[in-house]
Amino acid sequence: MSAPERMDRRQALKTAFAGLAATVLAPGLMLVEFGTQAKAAATGSRWGLLIDVSRCQGDCAGCVEACSKEHGWHAEGRGGHEPQWIRVIKATDPVTGQTSTVPLMCQHCANPPCADVCPTTATFRRADGIVLVDKHLCIGCRYCVMACPFGVRFFQGDDVQNQRTNSPRGKGTAEACNMCVHRVDHGRLPACVEACAATGGAMTFGDLNDPDSAIRAALAEKAAARLRPDLALAQGVSYQSL
Amino acid sequence: MPAMTYAHLDSPTARLWPVLAVTAAVVVAGMAAFLTIDIQGHHVTGMTQRVPWGVPHVFAYFLILAASGALNVAMLASVFGRTVYKPLEPFSTLLAIALLMGGLTILVLDLGRPDRVLLTMQYRNNWSIFAWNTILYTVFLALAAAHLATLQNRRYARFSPVTGHSANVWRFVLTTGTGLDLGVLIARELYQSAIFAPLFISYALTYGLAVLLVLLPVMGWLGGNRPEPEVEQRLGRLLAIFVAVSFYLTVALYAFTLYAPAGRSLARFVWIDGGIYTALLWGGQIVLGTAIPLLLILKKQPVLAAAAVIIGGFATLYVFMIAAQVFPQSILPGHVVSSAYGDGMVAHYMARWPEWLLGFGGVAVALLVLLAGCLLFRIVPSRRSRDPRPLGAEVPP
Repeated sequence: MSAPERMDRRQALKTAFAGLAATVLAPGLMLVEFGTQAKAAATGSRWGLLIDVSRCQGDCAGCVEACSKEHGWHAEGRGGHEPQWIRVIKATDPVTGQTSTVPLMCQHCANPPCADVCPTTATFRRADGIVLVDKHLCIGCRYCVMACPFGVRFFQGDDVQNQRTNSPRGKGTAEACNMCVHRVDHGRLPACVEACAATGGAMTFGDLNDPDSAIRAALAEKAAARLRPDLALAQGVSYQSL
Repeated sequence: MPAMTYAHLDSPTARLWPVLAVTAAVVVAGMAAFLTIDIQGHHVTGMTQRVPWGVPHVFAYFLILAASGALNVAMLASVFGRTVYKPLEPFSTLLAIALLMGGLTILVLDLGRPDRVLLTMQYRNNWSIFAWNTILYTVFLALAAAHLATLQNRRYARFSPVTGHSANVWRFVLTTGTGLDLGVLIARELYQSAIFAPLFISYALTYGLAVLLVLLPVMGWLGGNRPEPEVEQRLGRLLAIFVAVSFYLTVALYAFTLYAPAGRSLARFVWIDGGIYTALLWGGQIVLGTAIPLLLILKKQPVLAAAAVIIGGFATLYVFMIAAQVFPQSILPGHVVSSAYGDGMVAHYMARWPEWLLGFGGVAVALLVLLAGCLLFRIVPSRRSRDPRPLGAEVPP
């Protein structure tokens, strides 16, 4: 009976190195695998939101509540410190006295000033027009909050409670409406649009590049305008009857 | 040009240690403020969603602008050949480095995630002025440090004209970047103007010279060699020119805002009924930061004038920084807007203690760097280095 072979030092090092490499690389390779499974942003699409303010109920906050529930933010609390991804503005024409209720959220500009000023590319625009914040790259400088002409970007200055897995947020980073990208990528409507459909049906979501989409049909029916067209930001959100 | 000799700060211990102790205590207080904000979050500050930049940014912008202007004296000596300022050249250069370090300390420590600041290098957005500024600041520090080295070591003295000219050009590039930080912001009515580049250059020249003028007697008290009174008078007259140019450009900006109908309510807010902001504009910028310094310089009190300029400068930047944010954004022009969020209303901002301590902590960092530099290196003019020639007998550039 031969004596069991002793592992020499070189072999031991080889085995240890192989083990270490497997430990380090395996999770990364798994992530690559998961990454290829995820549906990439559709490059041919341009997601847009059309809001007919004449159909928006003045006392309805369905869109706000749905967004708050979907993403876990709460407007009440410390006054000006809390993010409000979507809010409702009352706009009165001083001549006619006519008052409109205007839901306001990230306008998902084609030329987003927030992404232009972001020093780390944390704020970026997807190929399908949705403007997002990579929470791992954001350094919390708030330059994007300064740069947004619509006041719809926010800074999370507190520990995040009720974190939603679909909509990660983080203390010390910027955030804004992400057009419910986790829903859109799976063929669902944004939470605010879904909630609005149950009440006034003022919101229409769809692919602006698709001539057969509902949003294109609604746009053909009634003229729409973007906020601050003088800034030439080419927002994905537009308004009718404003 | 006679060979210059510089000395370590020869400070009486009884004066130096209390100053160092107080400065270090303020730095520690600033660190405590930073930890409070970092651990608890920015909700402990007075900054809000509508006023995301507050008092820390006022301090940071003041120090960064002053850093560029603190080089004035060094540039007069090295670039323009004014030998009367040669003894102050290392002090002027070190002051620029110290002020920039103080300003950047505040900016970095006020970030929501200061631990990620190096991502600005790793994931650069070359379209972002902010990202460009990180390069501008770093190169400025390197150029100023290189220039200081040429003044410290005779072996490198031959490079002094190169480093001097480079630093001089670079500081204008840097301050252009700092001004355009605000100038490119189309979201705020007070900004969105290219005039912020020359405006901030004029502010930089003014504040930097004022800080240097105020520190000259302080360094003299601490054992340095205070320059001849005539040198301070000359610098005072230069300060008067900078103050006047700054005021002119400020008036030009506001007059431009007033001309367009859409900007009139903003101009009215700042000039007439903006409460604290109107008071700071008139009392701080115009009276304390412009009129009184000009009068004091006429009365041959340049150091007092410089002190008034510094206080007026803070008031000026406070108005620029905060008033521009609290004034309601024009989201739906032509409509009267209101919301629970405060749309259409002037936002409220009241700085809280962590912001003030962070700001003063940055000032203390600048002072600590300056004092440490003066103690470790030969920065202050030695008593032998006074230029024996009469004033005015300078070597042309």
